[in-house]
Amino acid sequence: MTGVKGCARRASRRVGQRASGRGTPLLARADVVAALGLVAAAGLGLAPRPAVGQDLHAFVGARVVPVAGPHIPDGVLLVRDGRIEAVGPRGEVSLPPGAEVHEVTGLWLLPGLVDTHSHLGRGDGGDRSSALHPDVRILDAIDARDPGLHRARAGGITTVNVMPGSGLLISGQTAYLKLRLAGTVEELLFCDDPLTEVCGGLKMANGTNPIGTGPMPGTRARSAALVRAEFLRAQEYGERRSSAEDDGGTPPSRDLRMEALTEVLAGRRIVHNHTHRHDDILTALRLQREFGYRLVLHHVSDAHLVADEIAAAGILGASILAPDSPGGKEEALRSGFTAGAALEAAGAGVAIHTDDGITDSRLFRRLAAMFVREGMSRDGALEALTLAGARMLGLDDRVGSLEAGKDADFILLDGDPLSVYTHVQETWVEGRRVFDRSDPRDREFAEGGPGIQGGLR
Amino acid sequence: MSARRAAILLAAPTLISGIVPACAHGQVAVRGAVVHPVAGAPITDGVVLVGADGRIEAVGPASGITIPDGYELLEAEVVTPGLVDARSVVGLSGILGSELPSDQDHLELSSAIQPELRAFDAYNARDPLVPWLRELGTTTLHTGHGPGALISGQTMVVKTRGLTVDEALVDPLVTYAGTLGGEVSRGGGGWPGTRSRAVAMLRSFLLRGQEALARADDDDEEAEPPSSDLAMDAAARILRQDVPLLITAHQVPEIMAALRLQEEFGFRLILDGAAESYMVLNEIRDAGVPVILHPTMARHQGALINATFVTAQRLAEAGIRFAIPSGHEPYFPKTRVVLMEGAVAAGYGLPFDVALRAITLDAARILGLENRVGSLEVGKDGDLVIFDGDPFEYTTRVCGVVIEGEIVSRECH
Repeated sequence: MTGVKGCARRASRRVGQRASGRGTPLLARADVVAALGLVAAAGLGLAPRPAVGQDLHAFVGARVVPVAGPHIPDGVLLVRDGRIEAVGPRGEVSLPPGAEVHEVTGLWLLPGLVDTHSHLGRGDGGDRSSALHPDVRILDAIDARDPGLHRARAGGITTVNVMPGSGLLISGQTAYLKLRLAGTVEELLFCDDPLTEVCGGLKMANGTNPIGTGPMPGTRARSAALVRAEFLRAQEYGERRSSAEDDGGTPPSRDLRMEALTEVLAGRRIVHNHTHRHDDILTALRLQREFGYRLVLHHVSDAHLVADEIAAAGILGASILAPDSPGGKEEALRSGFTAGAALEAAGAGVAIHTDDGITDSRLFRRLAAMFVREGMSRDGALEALTLAGARMLGLDDRVGSLEAGKDADFILLDGDPLSVYTHVQETWVEGRRVFDRSDPRDREFAEGGPGIQGGLR
Repeated sequence: MSARRAAILLAAPTLISGIVPACAHGQVAVRGAVVHPVAGAPITDGVVLVGADGRIEAVGPASGITIPDGYELLEAEVVTPGLVDARSVVGLSGILGSELPSDQDHLELSSAIQPELRAFDAYNARDPLVPWLRELGTTTLHTGHGPGALISGQTMVVKTRGLTVDEALVDPLVTYAGTLGGEVSRGGGGWPGTRSRAVAMLRSFLLRGQEALARADDDDEEAEPPSSDLAMDAAARILRQDVPLLITAHQVPEIMAALRLQEEFGFRLILDGAAESYMVLNEIRDAGVPVILHPTMARHQGALINATFVTAQRLAEAGIRFAIPSGHEPYFPKTRVVLMEGAVAAGYGLPFDVALRAITLDAARILGLENRVGSLEVGKDGDLVIFDGDPFEYTTRVCGVVIEGEIVSRECH
């Protein structure tokens, strides 16, 4: 019967969803480029926010999935000045005078999705001069006008960890981006000042990708030895710097490589470690145990073989990717859709990533659904798309769930987020609508076609 | 018919097809809350019987069909025909990918035009991707040489079972696989360096074929057959419309060049890939050419820069016959799966029945196999897939696969 039900549903799913007005867009959206012009005119710094007290929105009637708590069948989300003021059932959240009411009955309302591993923004990373580039920042190479970012908005993604590649043991510093409509990378960063703050993680890799010739390691064991030696140097550097501070002596001269690694050793910068094969996963855990850094495993094709070890390691967790078939290389021969359920059962943290352009950001929700197909819980899968990812980026105080005080990043969907027939209708970042499927230009980003690759440039 | 022409027409394929074993697994009954015969309307509480010869012997409402004693009964929420993948390289492009070049046999780069390369000489029936596809519902696989050469070689159709190519084979020569576009403009070593020279080279190849055919007709019957020239054999088969020429062409200039070639030489053309087909719908429809579209989730990059998730729907609305295949991926995922690609097309608005046809009967029609596979009809192969829900829903699982009456998968995937 289900096949027939699917047909009926597609025919009827828009009924009643747009009967009421949805409020005036905050930005005149005749043209995305015009919106970008506004942002660009505001100069550097955060995207412009409306004056305090004038930006109050109530989204009423949706099935709200806060992720941090149970679903609310007929919920209200109250947004003030780009932050969530309240979430709850209709009747329990009072609507303040002056609030712009958005009637969204029939829709689902979820936190904006968090993609823990993406290559959007045409960035790069370390070069082939060394296997280890902890000093290299991808934020220095990100094109904020890459139209790929708008594909991500179309997919409901509001937070992205943009990473350098996996061809080096340490390919550089990653950048945590908030997908505001913006024309410069500064406006996309979570942090305010890259000179004084940690604005991303550190990308590491093991297994076959970083193995090579010249300065690259030729074996797995040497890969681990090179990483250990680098972290031991960083420990010494940090100790010299601390003792200089303590006794007023001369600090070591600044070393960008060592500075980044001391941030890692201090727990301020999270390691994002590309790894596939079971023994490589265990090696990544072994290095983490030696140096005590905060670690997220990425891809983790053999997760189902070492799920207990991953859970027992006490790391932030594993961010996984569901391939439609295994292979492509030896270390991915056992990959599939089972990792989600295996990690969940073991009690490990589980997030999901697109690895865009490996998979398309517009199909992010699909990856979660594929893990549900092989036994992951539905709520676990929704958490893996949102809050679990936020934890793995150290951003769960700001994003990943619908809770008072967090950023007003959310999406409106026309049905079950894990259904093939469901589409993101709107994406909001900090109280501002950044994607609207009813806008023809945005629709083109959602579906593809002329201009999508160059539309925002 | 001259002996020479017979030699051209009756080369290796008949030898191979002659040894395809008849399969006698059958005597299976499949009952579904919904049965999609594809050839007709969905049947509520339907039954399909597969006889001892591996062929379908009954399809209809359970109320009207008595399940004979001795038949194994499978029950399911939803039943469809075995899925037909209209274009794949599985079995030739192995699971290891480019990491192990010897694992990759779908593209030979020693020459730009090599129609003599037979698919069945390179098919690894034991590649793990074959059971991967089978467990996700694919029972019929059009596979062989991939895109990337002007003519890269031949394609064939197999069933996703058997430990040897002979056990798997359904049709040893289904198309000659060609490609137009920047991908083949490799330059040097006999390769075209530009797109227009690529077309000129294909025209020259077909013109030489025309001349060979004309000579064959003029010669007396006692003359030596020219079949030692395998490439000219292939040209003759294409020009005589015995075997279609499949041309992978994504962008409008390449699609139009393929149509132009078809008009000039009158061969049976199958357009493959066709990312920008929605921009030239009238031209494709007027030419009567079927389309094997790119996989729905193929990356919208490079030659597919203008690909969309809704192109299948545009083809359907234009009345163009099309299939949705798994296509070719060099790296990740190593192969796509037609069930998933059809599902996403349906998710983006392609009507359910059209999406299902694009991975069953319409695929079979394009491959010339509609008398054997693609729908649940009496006399056709007993190839079925059972699902625990809407086949296209992400979280629905394939819970059984039957090929010619043999239950080849019983677990849910």
